[in-house]
Amino acid sequence: MTTALSIRDLRKVYDNGFEALKGVSFDVQPGDFMALLGPNGAGKSTTLGIVSSLVNKSSGTVNVFGHDLDSDPMKVKTCLGVVPQEFNFNMFEKVEHILITQAGYYGIGAKDARQRAEFYLRKLGLWEKRDVTARMLSGGMKRRLMIARALMHEPRLLILDEPTAGVDIELRRSMWAFLQELNDAGTTIILTTHYLEEAESLCRNIAIIDHGNIVHNTSTRELLAQLNTETFLLDIQPGLSQLPALSGYTVRLENEHLLEVEVEKGQGLNDLFAQLQQQQISVSSMRNKANRLEELFVSLVEKNLAEKESA
Amino acid sequence: MKPQQLWVAFWTILYREVRRFTRIWAQTLLPPVITITLYYIIFGNLIGSRIGEMGGFGYMEYIVPGLIMMSVITNSYSNVVSSFYSSKFQHNVEELLVSPVPNWIILWGYVFGGVARGLIVGVMVTLLSLFFTDLQVHHLGITILVVILTAMLFALGGFLNAIFAQSFDDVSIVPTFVLTPLTYLGGVFYSINLLPEFWQNVSMLNPILYMVNTFRYGILGVSDINIGFALTAVVVFIALLTSWALHLLKTGKGLRS
Repeated sequence: MTTALSIRDLRKVYDNGFEALKGVSFDVQPGDFMALLGPNGAGKSTTLGIVSSLVNKSSGTVNVFGHDLDSDPMKVKTCLGVVPQEFNFNMFEKVEHILITQAGYYGIGAKDARQRAEFYLRKLGLWEKRDVTARMLSGGMKRRLMIARALMHEPRLLILDEPTAGVDIELRRSMWAFLQELNDAGTTIILTTHYLEEAESLCRNIAIIDHGNIVHNTSTRELLAQLNTETFLLDIQPGLSQLPALSGYTVRLENEHLLEVEVEKGQGLNDLFAQLQQQQISVSSMRNKANRLEELFVSLVEKNLAEKESA
Repeated sequence: MKPQQLWVAFWTILYREVRRFTRIWAQTLLPPVITITLYYIIFGNLIGSRIGEMGGFGYMEYIVPGLIMMSVITNSYSNVVSSFYSSKFQHNVEELLVSPVPNWIILWGYVFGGVARGLIVGVMVTLLSLFFTDLQVHHLGITILVVILTAMLFALGGFLNAIFAQSFDDVSIVPTFVLTPLTYLGGVFYSINLLPEFWQNVSMLNPILYMVNTFRYGILGVSDINIGFALTAVVVFIALLTSWALHLLKTGKGLRS
């Protein structure tokens, strides 16, 4: 089966000499929902910029659904929908005009474009704002407008560069549901995000890029399996003034009602609860201290940095 | 893209451009009308009546073709330079760059947007001139041809200016320091036959002189220059600027990092 996106040995050196990509290679299969993660300046946006024809590559190849970016850029562009990080529509245009104009760039006539615009504006809760100029929209509405715009030509591969940045939690979750629905309908999706919870709950595969190199590329499940330690926060009763003795666990008292416990991979929680029960400490609620992927992400990036420094 | 899709893409860009300059008509269509009306009143009526004949015509009659051409040149240029640079500045040019619209459609979409504004303003100031003088068209074909070609050429110039521009200052430098002096010295207000021989020869290096005189020939039937040479030169320059603009679009100069 043709891969949705195949990138080989992609390099980018900017005019100021900064080497943003140092030979990035990865594949995305059709129907996949993939996250491209990395710290700021790692090369995420450069990679997606090259795929979207917004950044010129220095070398390497990009292939989208069997079409080579160098020899057949128009076919590549037809397959792609792009939601950039920054708002890049004309702020003085009306919402509906922005969508109809974008459809026109793909050769979609006004009648079809109007129908599609209505469909996506209703789907993303913007129909009531169709006659409003884009600058009057809230930040969340502008994000949704960019998603609607990217979908007007019904692309097979949707690229989202931090699509939920600055969006409140409720709206973020509704956007997740929409993206999940799109993916279920067959659209291949690649996203970059700083909300690792977003990547964990949405994406089947994750690639981590750091200093212009892919340092990890695997399924979300396999990546999480590499997590050696998870940290939990337990709300406890009664309040404690000193640390309870919990054999086999590293614990710390955040305050008299909040206990932090590190649980090693394979250790399980039954023994922890048994020991707490023995000491007549009850747990009223429990949560992860940090997102699991976040812990792993930090450890992988730190490991990569340490390897570089020692080399 | 199929021919039908290419047409839709071209029409989309052109329609968006026309919508833009008609939406902000107070900034785009009204100022040239006011300016040219003042020229008609001051230079044509008040001062012109004391100047007497120029090139065998009344002074008002003589300057009308030049003033119409000046409006067409200024408006076709400034429409494209400001629209395309604003698209770069706001990054909404990326909407086009990620889409499968070929570069030549992008270029001609913007250029014909500039031509449309140049022609609309040209028609408006022509109609206004009828309040001040009787306008007889000597050669309609040449008049229409030269006005369209000139609008195309300066719209292309505006596009190139926008590609190289890195700030709003860069957008105004060429119109202020190049276009305006060349227009004023391009025979809008006088026949170069009035100048000493040296300055006549210098004036012959001014491309705007050829367009103003060809247009004046179309309307009045008089010209300081060879019409065939002027039309050929405009077409050659359109071809050269088109090739340059397409090359810059292909390499992504000023558009892609």
